[in-house]
This record gives sequence, C-alpha cells and structure tokens, in this order.
Amino acid sequence: MSAQTEVIRSDTASQVLRSRSLGALTLRRLIRQRNAIIGMSILLFLVFVAFFAPWLAPYGPYNDLIGEEPVVAREKPCIHLLGCSQDKPQHIMGIDGNFRDQFSRVIYGTRISLFIGFTTIGIAVVVGAFIGAISGYLGGWADNIIMRFMDVILAFPSFLLAIAIITVLGRGLQNALYAIAVVNVPVFARLVRASVLSIKEQEFVAASRALGASSLRLLFVRIFPNALPTLIVQATLSIASAILEAAALSFLGLGAQPPAAEWGTMLGTERNQVFTAPHLVFFPGIAIMITVLAFNLLGDGLRDALDPRLVQAAKTK
Amino acid sequence: MSQYVIRRLLLAVPVIFGILIVTFAIARLIPGDPCRSALGEHATEAACSAFAERFGLDKSIAVQLGIYMRDILLRRDFGESIRFSIPVSELLIQRLPVTLELGTIAMIIAILVGVPAGVISAVKRNSTADVATMIGANIGVSMPVYWLGLMLAYVFAVLLKDTAFWLPPSGRLTAGLLPVPFYEVLGWDLSRNSTAYLISDFISNFVIFNSIITGQWQVLKDALVHLILPAVALSTIPMAIIARITRSSMLDVLGREYVRAARAKGVVEYKVVLKHAFRNALLPVITVIGLQTGTLFAGAVLTESIFGFSGVGRALFDAITGRDYPIIQAFTVVIAMGYVFINVLVDISYAFIDPRIKLS
Repeated sequence: MSAQTEVIRSDTASQVLRSRSLGALTLRRLIRQRNAIIGMSILLFLVFVAFFAPWLAPYGPYNDLIGEEPVVAREKPCIHLLGCSQDKPQHIMGIDGNFRDQFSRVIYGTRISLFIGFTTIGIAVVVGAFIGAISGYLGGWADNIIMRFMDVILAFPSFLLAIAIITVLGRGLQNALYAIAVVNVPVFARLVRASVLSIKEQEFVAASRALGASSLRLLFVRIFPNALPTLIVQATLSIASAILEAAALSFLGLGAQPPAAEWGTMLGTERNQVFTAPHLVFFPGIAIMITVLAFNLLGDGLRDALDPRLVQAAKTK
Repeated sequence: MSQYVIRRLLLAVPVIFGILIVTFAIARLIPGDPCRSALGEHATEAACSAFAERFGLDKSIAVQLGIYMRDILLRRDFGESIRFSIPVSELLIQRLPVTLELGTIAMIIAILVGVPAGVISAVKRNSTADVATMIGANIGVSMPVYWLGLMLAYVFAVLLKDTAFWLPPSGRLTAGLLPVPFYEVLGWDLSRNSTAYLISDFISNFVIFNSIITGQWQVLKDALVHLILPAVALSTIPMAIIARITRSSMLDVLGREYVRAARAKGVVEYKVVLKHAFRNALLPVITVIGLQTGTLFAGAVLTESIFGFSGVGRALFDAITGRDYPIIQAFTVVIAMGYVFINVLVDISYAFIDPRIKLS
C-alpha cells in the first residue's frame, strides 16, 4: 500500500515539476480513453468528409441525373465490387426519388449536420454562459428571476419546446437552429452560474479583487476558465443531441426544407417509400447515428478525462 | 413526510404558471391575424370584431392572460381545434389514453431491459457482457427513433412477411375490429355530456385495460401485437440511458465501504448486489426514469406519426402540418404539465426510497 502511495506521489510530483498545463494533462488522459479515441477518430473523419465533399462525392447533391445516364427513380444501390454489372454506372447508395445520387447527398449532408451541431451549441454556450455569469455574479433578486425563467424553459421537454418555437418563427433550417439554441441555453446558464457561485468566494478571486481587478476582468480571467472543463464536456454531449433534434425537426418538415441535402429531410421525404426503397431511409439514418455517436463518445471520454474525481476512483479500484 | 410532499408540490406551482405564461406568449407571438387564420382570408371587419370579442382578443394582454389561465386551470377548457371544430379537450380524451398506453408499455420495456443490463454490466465489469451492453447503449442513445421505427416496420412487415414473426407496421388495431367500451358491456346508461361519461370514455380508450376488464381477448391480442414495434422503437433511448446510469451508479455503490463490510461478514454475493448495493444505487436511476418519461412523450410525436397511432403525438404532428395552433398550444401545455407532475412524483418517491432525504 505504502509503495503504491509512493508511486502515485512521485508521479504527481513529476507532473508538478514538469508543470503541465491543464490542456496538456487533459490531452494525455484523453488519449488513454478508448471511447474518446474512437469518437475523435470518427469526428475527424466526418470533418474530412465535410471539408472535401466536392472531391469525395461523385455527383453534385442537387444534380438530377436525367439525360446524363439511364436512371430509374429510387433504384437500388449498384456497387461494382458486389457484383453489380460493370456497364451500369455505380451508385453506392442508390438513386433517390428525384433521380439524384444518394451517396453524394449523404456526403454533403455531413456539412449541414456538423454546421448545425456547432452553431446551435455555440450560440447556446455563449448566451447561456453570459446569462449564467451575470446571474451568479449579481445574485439576489436578479439571479432569482433569471434562474426561475430558466427553470420554466427546462420544464418543457426540449424537443416539444423547439416545435412550439418554430410554430412562432416559421419553418426552415435557420429557425430550427434558433429553436434548438434556445432550448439548450438553460443548461449552460445553470452550469456557469454554479461555477461562478462556487468560485466567487474563493481566496484567489478575493486576492484579485484586492489587487484592483475589475468585475469583468474577474469574470473572464479568473472565474470563467475554471468553469471551462465542465462547459466543454456538456457542449460536446449537447452537440450530439442538437444534431439528433435538428434531424428530427427536418424529418417532421419543420427544419431544413427540400431539396436541401440534410439527412433528416432526406429521411422525411422518402419515409413513405420505406417498404419499396428502404435504402433511401437506411443510409441517412446511419449517417445521423454515426455522427451523434462520435460526439457522444467524445463527450463521455472528455468527462472522464477532465473529472479528477473519476481518475482518482479509477486509480483506487 | 407530509411536510416534504407539500413543500415539493408548492414548488411546482410557479413552474406551472411559468409554463402557462410561456405558452400564452408563444400563441400571441404567432405571426398573422388570429381572426383571419380562423375565419379565412375574406372575413369581414364585423365578423372579426365579433370574433375578437368572443375570444377576448379585444381586451388587454394581462386580462387575456388571466382568461387563458382561468380557462385551463379552472374550466379545463383548452380552446377549439381550427381544423376539426371540436373542443381540444374532447380530442385529448380520445388521444391521450393512446399515448399514455404506448408510453407506459415502452417505459416498462426500457426498465425491464435497461436496469438488469446495467446491473449485470456493473457486477461483471469489463466482461464481454459489459462491453456489449455499453456498445449497445451508446448506439441506442445515438439512434434517431423515427429511423429505427421505419427500419423495424420494414424488417417485420416486409422482410418477415409470411413468417411467424410478421408484425403489423401501422395502426392501433386491425381495421374493422371495434372494441366495446366497458361501460357498454356493464350496461351503464350515461348521457353524453355528463362528467361520468367523459371519465368512462377516457378510461375505455385505454384499449388494453378496457379489453382486460371486459374479457375481449381477441382485441387484447390484436392491440398488443400492434403495440410491439412502436413500443420497442420508443423504448430504445430510455433503455440505453437507464442501462448506462444503472451501471455507473452500481459501480459507485459497489466500491463503498458498507458493501465491503457486507462481503466481509459473509453475506452471499447475490444478496450483496441486490439488497445492499442495488437499493442504494436506485436513486439516480429513478431520477433518470422520471426525466425520460417526460421526453418519451415528446418522442411519441415521431413514433406515433410513423406507426399511424392516433395518439397525442400524432395529433400534434397533424396540427403542425395543418397549422392548427390551438392544438399545438394545448398539447404543449398538457405535456409540459405532465412532465412537471412526473418530476414531482420522482422527488416524492425519493423520500420513500432514501430516508435521509426527508431529514434534510
């Protein structure tokens, strides 16, 4: 037992000596997480696909192939390697109802989904962090009013509230983005408020204040960085649900509108053809699942890497 | 105990008012003239002012909010559907039981599979069963419900056609099969507008319950067969989340001193797991079950529209496509209130499970 403690001690000592930053430490822990590695790899792959979509996709996402080749609407996938006749043009995921190459559309869909995930949660984090910081910093009745309002937003199932907001704003991808951003704000507001409250009274903040730091400087330089780890974990996990919700809204016809190459929209427009052309439903769904899975795995891994209590627990077991 | 319950109930009151204010605001913010959207583009000025007077639109916003709250809280009046021209409350009596039934069955499946899977995962940590459960749970939370629903429908209705595994892809009962409401079987004579009739009608719309108490086994079997696919599709996300939380909560508890003490004094392993660890690990699991029940109703919007289930979710979906605002508003209120109610129940159940909570 004592030998083990010794090892841990010297380990921490060497870490202190080399004075690793939180970022470097986190990265090291992250690399040890199998989940995080898988999530990160998938995500990098998706970013690659999104970035190089024009080069990876054999056709344009909105190109109908009428006149270019003999196409049949909703034709089954034709893959040369799997025995599809060489004379026929290859369509890995088949042809959709409007004579377009499904594979190309799925590839371009990566762009929209990643964009949705990052922008919605980006907005939610900035707005939520701002509200939470103000609320926690001011305290008193202002804090009370703001947080009760956040409670009410949280009292709705988020998907339902998003639907209600879109009925006000109108359909379309942009409004769906706002709706999803709004329903995600309270989570971040609560998170940041909690860290502000716990850090506000600590000595290093008092010391900073005594040295004459302004409130804003305190908030952004002293308090905010401390809330960052939890914020990053929550944001990553929220991106996963944001992508899932946005796709569901598009599926219901409330989000991205046809002919947009958005996975949810693609699923929605072909849903009634599932019995005759299941491939048109299958592939966009798989694409959504892989993307959401990547963020979920990465978020879980980040949480394990950033939470020192969990690391400790793992060591003692 | 009762003090704790009362305090928790009182805490829900401001939230309910908040929900009403938010839904009221949403309804008032909807672009367009409510009169013209209800009576059509060519409604005359006189018709519109009569309309405004009838629905109180000519009064100040504060008075309108007051009327809105009074109607819902005291009169259970949710307005009238624009498309069907019937009171929304009537629609709720028909549709809510369908969704409650579907949601309950889905939740039962999720708990029956999720909790044991989580416990086994935690007890046999890092075993094949654990890894498989966790991979399954990760995929489960990442899957679009509607996609799973469509795929299940395709597999069981098309690929497995003409086999014993065939399942109907849509509907709640086979067309033509009409369940007899229990009050008719019992020979009750209820007048159509009485409260007793409304309540009986509401209860009889729970097809499974209705067919069990009246012994209509053919209907029961048919209803269950129709429920399998939608319930399985709806249960995946809560199932995955329940399995994950059960596992992590069990792992936490199994590492505690009192579990070690129980083992040290020679308690049989299954008793350690079930009596000493599981009961203490239950709290977070129940929280998650409560939270997921709320989201289940939101998920019903998607599942019901895929499986042609005429529940609240389907009605909401139709209302969205048909821009039937009173329905959207009313159903949002009802579902959100149900969500609050479930959360209160969860908090109260804590006190029964964990005596420490009462004291604080």
